[in-house]
Amino acid sequence: MNDMTPSKGCRDVPVLKERGQREVFCGLTGIIWLHRKMQDAFFLVVGSRTCAHLLQSAAGVMIFAEPRFGTAILEEKDLAGLADAHEELDREVARLLSRRPDIKQLFLVGSCPSEVIKLDLARAAERLSQVHFPDVRVLNYSGSGIETTFTQGEDAALASMVPVLEQSDERQLLVVGALPDVVEDQALGLLEQIGISPVRVLPAKRAMDEHGIGENTVFALTQPFLGDTHAALERRGARHIPAPFPFGEHGTTAWLKAIAAEFGIADEVVDRVTEAPRARARKAIATQAAELQGKSVFFFPDSQLEIPLARFLTTECGMSAVEIGTPFLHQTLVGPDLDLIAQGPVISEGQDVDLQLDRALDARPDITVCGLGLANPLEAHGLTTKWAIELVFTPVHFYEQAGDLAGLFSRPLRRKELLKGMPNRLEAAE
Amino acid sequence: MKLTVWTYEGPPHIGAMRVATGMKGLHYVLHAPQGDTYADLLFTMIERRDHRPPVSYTTFQARDLGSDTADLFKQSCRDAYERFKPEAIIVGASCTAELIQDDPGGLAETMGLPIPVIPLELPSYQRKENFGCDETFFQLVRALAKPMERSARISCNIIGPTGLGFRHRDDVQELTALLYDIGVEVNVVAPMGATPTDLTRLGAAHFNVLLYPETAEAAARYMQRELGQPYTKTVPIGVGATRDFIAEVAELTGLLPDVDDSRLRLPWWSKSVDSTYLTGKRVFVFGDGTHVRAATRVAREEMGFEVVGIGCYNREMARDIRGLAKEIGVEALITDDYLEVEQTIEALAPEMILGTQMERHIGKRLGIPCAVISAPVHVQDFPARYSPQVGFEGANVLFDTWIHPLVMGLEEHLLAMFREDFEFHDAAGPSHHGGHAPKAIHADEPEPEQAPAPPAPASEDNVIWLAPAEKELKKIPFFVRGKAKRNTEKYAVERGVHEISVDTLYEAKAHYAR
Repeated sequence: MNDMTPSKGCRDVPVLKERGQREVFCGLTGIIWLHRKMQDAFFLVVGSRTCAHLLQSAAGVMIFAEPRFGTAILEEKDLAGLADAHEELDREVARLLSRRPDIKQLFLVGSCPSEVIKLDLARAAERLSQVHFPDVRVLNYSGSGIETTFTQGEDAALASMVPVLEQSDERQLLVVGALPDVVEDQALGLLEQIGISPVRVLPAKRAMDEHGIGENTVFALTQPFLGDTHAALERRGARHIPAPFPFGEHGTTAWLKAIAAEFGIADEVVDRVTEAPRARARKAIATQAAELQGKSVFFFPDSQLEIPLARFLTTECGMSAVEIGTPFLHQTLVGPDLDLIAQGPVISEGQDVDLQLDRALDARPDITVCGLGLANPLEAHGLTTKWAIELVFTPVHFYEQAGDLAGLFSRPLRRKELLKGMPNRLEAAE
Repeated sequence: MKLTVWTYEGPPHIGAMRVATGMKGLHYVLHAPQGDTYADLLFTMIERRDHRPPVSYTTFQARDLGSDTADLFKQSCRDAYERFKPEAIIVGASCTAELIQDDPGGLAETMGLPIPVIPLELPSYQRKENFGCDETFFQLVRALAKPMERSARISCNIIGPTGLGFRHRDDVQELTALLYDIGVEVNVVAPMGATPTDLTRLGAAHFNVLLYPETAEAAARYMQRELGQPYTKTVPIGVGATRDFIAEVAELTGLLPDVDDSRLRLPWWSKSVDSTYLTGKRVFVFGDGTHVRAATRVAREEMGFEVVGIGCYNREMARDIRGLAKEIGVEALITDDYLEVEQTIEALAPEMILGTQMERHIGKRLGIPCAVISAPVHVQDFPARYSPQVGFEGANVLFDTWIHPLVMGLEEHLLAMFREDFEFHDAAGPSHHGGHAPKAIHADEPEPEQAPAPPAPASEDNVIWLAPAEKELKKIPFFVRGKAKRNTEKYAVERGVHEISVDTLYEAKAHYAR
């Protein structure tokens, strides 16, 4: 791994901190993928019509197969008296649970309005847990925009599950982060071949699959946005294994080796086990990287995946980064990735979208990674964009997806090339 | 508190955004927490706009609460003015900002900006998106439109079209051409495409065409009262409504229009023998009030369907839709709860739904074809091609759109004849659809969608299907099977028959035959 470490990484470069209009989702958005991952869970947002509208719009397509989420929309009378709001909530929950006996865990999800009126969902969760014990476990977390940005919703959800995990003194590895099933299976397969056992995952598919944690638990994160979960696990005595995140060939290998080292397994074992998948990943990346080589990338803040992804694109695909924006910079979590990014790009935290748009339009990067609200307007300015949300919804971790991950960035470039002979009939944007 | 899974309308500030985004030279400063910016993607993704909506969000966070959210608002206002140099600004609060009571209107007023600043009061916990459009446009008109001399030639304003509207773009084009044909010039189209300065010229028109009552009725009433401009009451969607609209304009203007309807094809397409199969198709109509009223008339008078139920999700139109339902002898369903809509559709078992994207999904689940007639919009509701709903071309579009999901006339018969054909059997769906998926039929394999319920014993209020009758029922093509099942059960219950045999099935068929 040392051979790819630049002489000067980005861990200690000054960070441009901005404060202004933020073009990001709130934490409620995480429900869209969490509810698919946790098959016996229901996410009940206590919020406004805006919350319901966001979930519907962010889902892009409506998932009409009775989604395991919904919004209890606050009405005028709920705002008038909080006591009534609690009663109303109890009633709605009872109705929901009687209609959906398959639900074993219920998350009460706080929103901006519920936070502002100080509706105590922790108390509600405790009360409802008692009422519906032992059939249903009721937890709560906040996905509100005043407290969370996009992927922080998953962080808050997972963090809320940590305190209720049983105590266990077993020496074990906990892999933390909601991954698509196929990716999770690959990760578990690799860890098993390396000889690490037992391995547990958080979140588990079902509440009954959960295991306890304790001081002999070590954990590895698969997502860089799990800061609160990281803290909650440490409070339970578990210890974090710092590592670059498992994107691309190098990231995955570094992640596996860090875990192997913790379990006293030599690098050579990892090398042997991963030889074939590494070769496959290298080959798959090479195909895509041909188109990415020498191109520049600009990240608008979105999912907190920006730093690990910039690491992947700069060290494995031959790209250069102009600016790497992230909503929050968790030095402890993304430090190992920052070490691997050669100095040069601006690292920015937070956002003033108008100023950042000015910088992007000035820099004219070859590809701009941004949210859905900005993509078409930037394309109209002649920039090529990649929607950041796709990076969260698509399987992109570990070796077998490394080519797909690079492909997410090369496809917009390829498309632009294919269509370059065709001018828009409409006039370009002002 | 009400549990909601899918909503037909967004909150009212989304309505204000639809007005602001439809217009030019107007900026909206919205006091809102981080995350409310999701609304931008409705316009940039669903409508494929190449500009960001002209909205500045103050983006307050938890740590700002109780300290400087008001300053944050003022700063956003100043920045927006400096950066975008709009002709006018509207200011307001989203649901969360409404709770912290910073009074954006009052704050903006004290700032002394050299342009009109129009405050919006949109109660997020009571009202919804359409109200937001209607109220925002009304406040803009109230602030900017003034009485003035009428234009020399007879002219009108077209009011109602907004950003993110269902076919608004093409409706305006079709309607403008129709009015030109009648001999009426279009003075201002608003909100869509208008600047605040254009709104000051609204008073020059002789009358207003209220294209969508959902989004501009308050403004139409105001202009009638204050500017002396009458407004049209008919929305010209469908052949009959378009002819009535032309008559209404003639009445208002004294013109004797000679409108060229040579492009109108719906009447002959509907009368030609290939369309015989449409006769008496039982349809359920649901959407916003305006489109439901129009579609109901087209369905009954121009397509020859039987309308078995209607409803709308916007309460503002409840009275109108209830009245219409009474007129045609059906129940009106006024609700924004899509589960209730689904239950109603299930109970009515129509052969077709004219609805929204929500009903399209309900239809998918229940195996009932659905054509989309109304918002809420989806990326598919912004086709690249010209596809209006109003006027004569709009009528042509309705005909094509509505018959597309159906199994076509001759195909119906072929399906009935060759029911067991391996690729032309009835579970495959209409053959002109992508979803057409021939699959081999195994005679003794139960159909997955009709997992047999455990047979309940026959009782007073319960009828059971005997096995041979059930088998016979399956021989009836899927698109009429629901109706046959329902009619047979009704027939049986009415006669106190608790077990349905093959004979009962055919007795019922004879009874209901027309």
